[in-house]
Formats: sequence, C-alpha cells, structure tokens
Amino acid sequence: MAKSPEMEHPVKAFGWAARDTTGILSPFKFSRRATGEYDVQLKVLYCGICHSDLHNAKNDWGLTPYPVVPGHEISGVVTEVGNKVKKFKVGDKVGVGCVVESCRQCDQCNKDLENYCSKLVLTYAATYTDGTPTYGGYSDIMVVNEHFVLHWPENLPLGAGAPLLCAGITTYSPLRHYGLDKPGLHIGIVGLGGLGHVGVKFAKAFGSKVTVISTSINKKKEAIEKLGADAFLISRDEEEMRGAVGTFDGIIDTVSAVHSLSPLLSLLKPDGKLIVVGAPEKPLEVPIFPELITGRKMVAGSMIGGWKETQEMLDFAAKHNILPDVEIVSMDYVNTAMERLVKSDVKYRFVIDVGKTLKPQ
Amino acid sequence: MAGTENSQKSFGWAATDTSGLLFPFHFSRRENGSDDVTIKILYCGVCHSDLHSVKNEWGFTNYPIVPGHEIVGLVTKTGSDVKKFKVGDRVGVGVIVGSCKTCDICQQDLENYCPKVIFTYNSKDQDGTKTYGGYSDIIVVDQRFVLRIPDNLSSGACAPLLCAGITVYSPMKYYGMTEPGKHLGVAGLGGLGHVAVKFGKAFGLKVTVISTSPKKESEAINRLGADSFLVSSDPAQLKAAMGTMDFIIDTIAAVHPLAPLLGLLKMNGKLVTVGLPDKPLELPIFPLVLGRKLVGGSDIGGMKETQEMLDFCGKHNIIADIEMIRIDYINTAFERLAKSDVRYRFVIDVANTLASN
Repeated sequence: MAKSPEMEHPVKAFGWAARDTTGILSPFKFSRRATGEYDVQLKVLYCGICHSDLHNAKNDWGLTPYPVVPGHEISGVVTEVGNKVKKFKVGDKVGVGCVVESCRQCDQCNKDLENYCSKLVLTYAATYTDGTPTYGGYSDIMVVNEHFVLHWPENLPLGAGAPLLCAGITTYSPLRHYGLDKPGLHIGIVGLGGLGHVGVKFAKAFGSKVTVISTSINKKKEAIEKLGADAFLISRDEEEMRGAVGTFDGIIDTVSAVHSLSPLLSLLKPDGKLIVVGAPEKPLEVPIFPELITGRKMVAGSMIGGWKETQEMLDFAAKHNILPDVEIVSMDYVNTAMERLVKSDVKYRFVIDVGKTLKPQ
Repeated sequence: MAGTENSQKSFGWAATDTSGLLFPFHFSRRENGSDDVTIKILYCGVCHSDLHSVKNEWGFTNYPIVPGHEIVGLVTKTGSDVKKFKVGDRVGVGVIVGSCKTCDICQQDLENYCPKVIFTYNSKDQDGTKTYGGYSDIIVVDQRFVLRIPDNLSSGACAPLLCAGITVYSPMKYYGMTEPGKHLGVAGLGGLGHVAVKFGKAFGLKVTVISTSPKKESEAINRLGADSFLVSSDPAQLKAAMGTMDFIIDTIAAVHPLAPLLGLLKMNGKLVTVGLPDKPLELPIFPLVLGRKLVGGSDIGGMKETQEMLDFCGKHNIIADIEMIRIDYINTAFERLAKSDVRYRFVIDVANTLASN
C-alpha cells in the first residue's frame, strides 16, 4: 500500500495543498526526503503565485495528481547540504524554479536545455526519480538536487525577485533564443500580467522599443509610466492595429486564453517572429496564406529555460535592477489571491511570504 | 480594349472567367525599354498557382489572365542599359517581374517581400498596365528580374525551378536545413515536394517523404532518392516516427492538420509551410511551447537567391521531373493537376506548339 504523504519520507514538512478541482488550498502535512549527497535542503522564504499554480490546482489541464502543493517561484536559504555538494553552503540565499530533475544525459540536457528533456521532473505535480510525488514551494522546506538550485544574487530582494524563476525566465529565454535581444528592435508584448510585465522590463533592458498590446485601456498609464513601455496598442481598436501593421520585429504573446493570431501576425515586419509562451488549451488558428508566407514570418513556442540560462537571467536582472512588481501576501490569503488572479486583479504577481506566515496548524 | 495597351503584339492563352478554361488570346507587351530584355518563350511550367489563379480561388484574379511564371526562353532584344545579357542568351523568368528596388527589403535582395512587388501575371506593372505570364510567345522584363540558366541544364526540365525550385530552396537555406546528417521530412510529393527531396539529398540530409498515397513510395525511394517514406494516414507509422525529424517542408496546398506534423519534429524542430491552403489551419500551441518548435512561412525568393539556386542546380545536376505538353493540352493538364495526376510538373512546349492564328 502506498505510504501517506506524511510517512513517505523521513523529514516532516508542512504546506498548503489543493485536494480537488475546486482548487481551494488548505493546510497539508507531508514529508521531504533526507538530504542526499548531492542535495540541498532549503527553508522556503518566498514563493510566487504563477497562473500555472491556479491551472494545476483546478486541474484545468487534466494532469493534476491530487493532493497538489503548487509553487515554482521559490526563494529561500540553505539549511543543509549533502556531503558531495560543492556549489552551496548553509546560509546561502538560493532559488528554485520549475524543474527539479532531468535525465542529464540526453541531447537537450547536454546543451543545458533541461527544460526540454523528455524526462524532466517538474517542481510539483510530477513524479520524482524515486517514484514519489513532487511538492512545490507553498511549503516550509524543500530538498533539491544542487544542479537545479540557483545562486541568489546579493542585491536582489528575495520577495520581489521570486517570480523571476518562472515569469522571468519564460520571457527572457525566447527574447534571447529568437534573436529579439538586439538594441533598436521593436518588440511587442501581448498581455500585461505576470509574464507580460516582466517581458516589458527585459525587452527595455535589451534596448528595444517596447509596445504593450492589450485589450484593457486602463492598463495604458501604468504600462508607460511605471513599466517603461514606449507605446500601448489596444488590440480591439481596428484603426490603431491597422496603423501598426508591419512595424514589429518580434512579439511575445503571453495570453493564455484562446485568441486569434492573425492580427498579431499582421503587426510583424517581414521575417518577424511571434513567440507564444501562454498555454491556451485549444488550438489557435494560423493563417498560412497570406500572413505567414508572404512575410516569411514564424510562430514559435518557448517554455521556461534551462538551469544555466535561468542563472544567467537572475544575474542579468540583478545587474540591471529588473524586479517584478509584486503584492506580498500571507499564506492564508492564498485562496483569495487565486480568485483575484482569475480576474487578473493583481499588479502583477502575488508572492507568498512563506517564511513569516506559513504556520503549522 | 483589354490587352491592347502596349505596342509589341503578343499572343498566348488566357482564362476569362472562373471556369478557368483557357483559350487563345491576343494582347500586347510594352516596347523594350533601356533596362529591359525581350524574351522569346521556349517553355513554361504549369504551377498549381496558375490553376488557383485561373479559377479565382484566392479571390483576386483580374480577368483576362495569362498565367505562367516558370519561363525559359531566348533573349531577342536588350535595352541600352542592359549589360548582363545579350541576344541569344538562354534565360529564365520566375514569379516576379518588378519591385520598388529602393526600400530596405529590396536592398537586402528580398524583392519577393517588397510591399510593391509586381508579379509576372495578374499584377499591375509600373506603367499601370496588367502583367501577363508565360503561356505566351514573348515577354518583356526588367533585367533585374531575368535569370541565367546554367549551360548543362535542359530548358524544359529547368523551367519549374523558377517557382517550385526557389520556393523550397529559399526556406531550406533560411531555416538552416542544410546541415549534412540532419533529418528532413517533405510533406506532399508534387511539384514542390519532389524538388525538395532532390535539394535535401544534395544538402546531405536524410530525407523522409510524408504522403497520404502509399503508391508514391517506390518512386520516392527508387527514383527521387528519398531515404524513407511515411504514410501519414497510418497512425502506427506516424507514432513510430514521432520526434525524429529536425525539419519539415510542408508543400501541401489543401487544408490539413498540423498536429501530426508537429509531432514528427524533434525538440527545437521547424515546420515550414510553402503550400497555400485557402483557409487558416489549426495550430495546437502546447506542442510548440513544450518542444520550442516553430511554424514558419516562406514565399519564393529574391532574385539573387533564385540565381544562386539555379547555379546550385547546375552544379548538382538537379532538374525537375516533367511531362512535356502542347499548349492546347493545357485545360486537360489543369484537370489532371487538380487530381495530382502528374509526375511531377507539366511543362508547356510553348515555342513548338503555340501558333498564332
């Protein structure tokens, strides 16, 4: 008979879990493995609330093994290291993102693209190599193989920096990989939420002209005055969209609702690239002819980034003072936060102050 | 009266309504200007776009229409500023005959993406007159849009390279499908597909043809040189090939599902569409995101690259597989083309069979 979550491993752990498709989280006792020779044990201080946490808690994608402890934007401090760990010591500030293991030997892993490994193990709602479920950062401690632990840059706040570990790398990686990080390019960011607002900051740091493309006029002032976007395009305004046709080198589309790609493709210059990082649950329509073909345009996907690139992104963010805009909340606010997240009522990421507000019951 | 705008008499076959049936048609070409070359047309390939156009399937045909943009012929006149060609040269004309020549895009030798591009037929020329294509006796073209045909390639079999050839060559270069040892899938084995197989082999790729017709397998492997053949309507074959291809050139013109093709790609794989379906296709986003895959388009190529492609064909002895026809067979050829009943391009023997009444 399978062991209960509390008895599975020798080290007691405590967090908040969703137990069914209502997605409502509540206190949950479970356990973590003993710190293995290559493992790092950390006390979780902060954990960002990613939209994926909400999708998983409610089983929107049909893949959730309940009970699920979400959270993959984790910052914390090292409390114990295995005897073969070289990169970290007790007291170090660290981060953990969306992946906690991969096969480490396939083509993708060998190119530092663990996120594209066919055997990757996600930080939560997955099965670890020992057959036990993975539980995420809405919890007091984590035990992670040192390969997947990130050094936390000294001047980066632990709370506001946590969302970089998913939202940050998810927008940083495609800007780099698809050559959209050169100064002077015109980059569009579709959707101004957790992903979008960080995407704006990275694109500005790369020296691009940045236009936010959104359905909500009331986001315009903040986009320009607070986030530093150069322009704002209302995607429902046909005249504005017509005026912007063929002016973008690249567009990062963070919208996860089903939407039409055709107007976005028409905004691109020839050879322009539309990169999708949101995850709509139904296929989208792409007009091959004329849009894609007559401009040699492309639609491509991207998913987080490898460990090496995630570290590079953190260091870049620290160097250029790029910080997500967050609303810090207590652990017991999490269900309300999820309700507000459904309505996009957050500027622009909730971060749970796990260290101070997660209390065993 | 349509067709009498210019001063050089010309004769060809044109369609006048959406039945797409072609009939003999008298019209005219402009006088040979200082930058122009006049060409006596020897051969013209029958491209599927010609069929789409004569039937107005894309909705922008301006009748009467003389199709044809895979033209090989001989120079009969050269303008005073023409240095690249002389009378008697064997030349080709492809899908475009003009562009603005001054914008950023033209300056990068990408005339095919110029917003003011002028197509070989059914377009408005710079003097405001309509352009007529290669199902005709002569054509007058700006020298920038005329190509040299390599000496060792036969004229008739070379004609389809001017559209089909560049249409697959350009994206193969642009999307990096030229690294020896990589695995290319070619979806659809028609005019475009069969040339893509030949280019793929010349680039040193492993090539798999992806088709719904099992009866094309023997030819694909024994005659065209493909390494393997995948029947895409066979779920077991599709499953076994999942995640094995670095790139896929999708030449299929009909509306078709992209999901199975995306599944065939490895991580970071590229699916490039060059067929022209008349409705949008469904694109599942999850496989793109989870595998960092891309779907890209491509549209013929610029003049510099088209010349490069022809020279590449000369070097590697690549020509199209054709069925030579008389001009008066063209309506039957179109019927057969609609059923994909051709291996793999019709070419009209214009010079020998187009007779003015």
